[in-house]
Amino acid sequence: MMEITEGSHAVAEAVRLCRPQVVSAYPITPQTHIVEALADFVANGKLDAEYITVENELSALSACVGASAAGSRTYSATTSQGLLLMTEVVFNAAGMRLPIVMSIANRAVGAPLSIWNDMQDSISLRDAGWLQFYAEDNQEATDLHFLAYKVAESKEIQLPVFVCFDGFILSHTYEPIDMLLQEQVDQYLPKFDPAEKLDAKDPISFGMYATPEYYLEFRYEMDQAQKRAKDVIAKAGKEFGTMFGRDYSALTVGYLLDDAETVIVAMGSVCGTVKDAIDEMRAAGKKVGLLKIRVFRPFPSEEIAKALSKVKRVAVLDKNISLGAKGGATAIEVRDAMYGSMIPVKGYVLGLGGRDIRKKDIKEIVSLCENGIGDQFYGLRKELI
Amino acid sequence: MTLAVGCRARPGKSRDNKTGSWRVFKPSFDHEKCSKCGMCQTLCPEGCVHEDAEGFFDPDFTYCKGCGICATECPKEAIAMNQEEK
Ligand code: SF4
Ligand code: SF4
Repeated sequence: MMEITEGSHAVAEAVRLCRPQVVSAYPITPQTHIVEALADFVANGKLDAEYITVENELSALSACVGASAAGSRTYSATTSQGLLLMTEVVFNAAGMRLPIVMSIANRAVGAPLSIWNDMQDSISLRDAGWLQFYAEDNQEATDLHFLAYKVAESKEIQLPVFVCFDGFILSHTYEPIDMLLQEQVDQYLPKFDPAEKLDAKDPISFGMYATPEYYLEFRYEMDQAQKRAKDVIAKAGKEFGTMFGRDYSALTVGYLLDDAETVIVAMGSVCGTVKDAIDEMRAAGKKVGLLKIRVFRPFPSEEIAKALSKVKRVAVLDKNISLGAKGGATAIEVRDAMYGSMIPVKGYVLGLGGRDIRKKDIKEIVSLCENGIGDQFYGLRKELI
Repeated sequence: MTLAVGCRARPGKSRDNKTGSWRVFKPSFDHEKCSKCGMCQTLCPEGCVHEDAEGFFDPDFTYCKGCGICATECPKEAIAMNQEEK
């Protein structure tokens, strides 16, 4: 059913439709509207869940770990400092193979304190074992939650998922959303059937101690589950498409790629701006395309190498920076995916801490890339440095 | 044995952690000196010291991690710790 909704409220409604049994979260800008809306649903009897209020994010995710281990479908949401405060539990939730879904309204990380958008928070936890989905618009942000539970709870995977969408740019923006109905979601997403759960009558411990004889293999198994997730996402995304008309089987999505010479690789809401800039550049005769990365973990290396095999050059946009490394995480991983080809891959770190990315910036980056200039910050205010 | 997903374990699973592999120094029990007081069995953190039919004590080397607590605590100095070659 079409409705005009704020991104956060659309996400909250999607979560409600997924029927989580336990929600635990701590409010933090720009995630607050999501958890406020869920608290309202629970208080008003529209969501039959235990809403556990806690003193901070570390406790929020800890409560989710306990609830998920006890066999409940479990949800949380956070961003930035809140996510980093959870870090220890983020790793543990993945190691215990608990299918928690957590929304990340992406925000910059302090210091300096910034409430504005970039992707430093979730990208910094890319090694934690969670799957990471990135939404371009609020329709995607909404739908990816259904997909997230479906994939996370699949017996072959049993890993938690971050559903990431840009703070403010998406979370606080009203867009038309085709919201699924409860019976549609119930059809797509069956009740959570945990592989194993805490039960006093049949005691079990989660995430037990592993000596050096076992630890390496546990990490290997997690990596294998990440790799299997590619097929599980493809299957669950296709099923979603068949049922509701929006296909999420692809880990990456191309825009005007077929004859493109310069291709921009990006994640999240900036892809909309990039498409508009591409349309204008195409009208002026420039063959530019976009490859959007929707799933960052598991990282779609083969898909990227294949999609970009015929292009002349690649410009990767990163709203994060691995300080001291060669740029942002996406550029580094895309370059790795392209290793062995002679196609130059240039990275651009931009938009950090909420700095606007405009169509003219995208055009400027394309011409920098055409001239072989890249692997640098873009848009620095020279008068400040 | 295959790994349990998420290192989920039922009671008794810790027996799979064969702490004997950690050992650098191996205790040797001299029954000549032993007074059968049982301190070694009481204080062994691995609970791996067993009493035999004659009342003497010996560790199970599958789990004896070589910590040396038994040797330190034995009132008869009946336990010697020797570096083990592997
Ligand atoms: S060395 Fe330590 S582990 Fe081994 S028998 Fe003595 S007390 Fe037990
Ligand atoms: S502590 Fe020493 S004396 Fe006592 S039982 Fe053990 S080995 Fe024998």
